[in-house]
Amino acid sequence: MNVSINGPKILFTLPIFGGINITESVRNTWLVLIFAAVFCRWLTKDMSVHNPGKKQIVAEKLVLFVRGLVDSNMGSQWAHMVPFVGTVLVFSFLSSVMSVAGLRSPTADFSVTAAMALVTFFLIEFYHFKSKGLLGFFTRLAEPVIVMTPMNIVGEFATPLSLALRHFGNIASGTVITALVYGALASFSQFVLGWIPNTFIANIPIMQVGVPAVLSVYFDLFSSGIQAYIFCMLTMANIAGAAE
Amino acid sequence: MERAIVLAASAIGIGLAMIAGLGPGIGEGYAVGQACAAIGRQPEAQGKIQSTMILGCAIAETTGIYSLVVSLILLFANPLVNLL
Repeated sequence: MNVSINGPKILFTLPIFGGINITESVRNTWLVLIFAAVFCRWLTKDMSVHNPGKKQIVAEKLVLFVRGLVDSNMGSQWAHMVPFVGTVLVFSFLSSVMSVAGLRSPTADFSVTAAMALVTFFLIEFYHFKSKGLLGFFTRLAEPVIVMTPMNIVGEFATPLSLALRHFGNIASGTVITALVYGALASFSQFVLGWIPNTFIANIPIMQVGVPAVLSVYFDLFSSGIQAYIFCMLTMANIAGAAE
Repeated sequence: MERAIVLAASAIGIGLAMIAGLGPGIGEGYAVGQACAAIGRQPEAQGKIQSTMILGCAIAETTGIYSLVVSLILLFANPLVNLL
C-alpha cells in the first residue's frame, strides 16, 4: 500500500524574476475566480424590480445574507464592507468546496490563506490608523502599560497568522485524512479479496465505495462552509475592533 | 544512523504534538454544552448564541491547529533532517 500526500504540483515555471512557479493552487484559484464571475453574471442577468425571476431571488438572498452578517457583527455604519466580506466568503467557500470535484483546494495551500489573511491584516492596520491617527497608531501598542509593548507587537502579527493557519489547517487536514482513509480502505479491500487467485477481482477496491462519501460530506461541504463563515466572522470582528 | 535517530525522534514528536488535540476538544465540548443549555433556557436567542458559539469554537481551535501544523511540517517538510 502506498499513500502519497503531496503539496500542490508545479505545473510550469514562468521565466521572470528568477522563475515563478505556477502551481495547481494558482490554476485552481483562477478556476474559482472565473466560476464565481460567470455564476454571478448569470444570476444577475435580466434583473427587474417588479417582476423578479428565480435567479434574481437567489441573488438577492445571497446579498441579503452577507449584508445581515455585516449588520449584526459590525453595525450598519459598515455597509461599505459588505462587498469585501462577500468576496472573502464566496472565494473561501468555493475554493474549499472545490475538492468535491476532485481538484486540489487552493485553500489547502498555505500561500493562498496567507494572502487572504494579509489583506485582512492590512485592512485592520488601515482602520487602526484611520481611527487613531499617526500618534495613536503607535501608542496603542504601549497600552495598558509600556512593558506590554513586545506582547502587543507579537499579538498584532499573531492575528493574521492564526487566521491563515486556521483556514489552512482545517482544509489541509481534511485532504490528509481523506488520503489516509483511501489508503486504509484499499488495503482493507485487499485483505478481504486478496485470497482470490484472480488478480483482477482481487484488486477491486470494494471497500472504497461509500465510506469516503460520508467523510466528504464533513470535510468538503460542512468544513468548507464553517471555515468560510469563521474567516469572515473573525475578519469582521477584527476590523470593527480596530476602528473603535 | 543519525538520520534514523532524527526520523524516529520526529515521529515521536509528531505523536506528542497531536496530544494538543485534547485541549480544544475539552474546551469546545464545554462551550457547546453551555450553548445548548443557553438555547434551552432562551430558544428565541438561538441564532445569536449559535454564531457566538461558532466564533468561540474557532478561536478555541487555534491551539489544536497550531499543533496540527507543527506535526504536518514534521511529517512532510521535516526541517531537522536537513540539519544533518
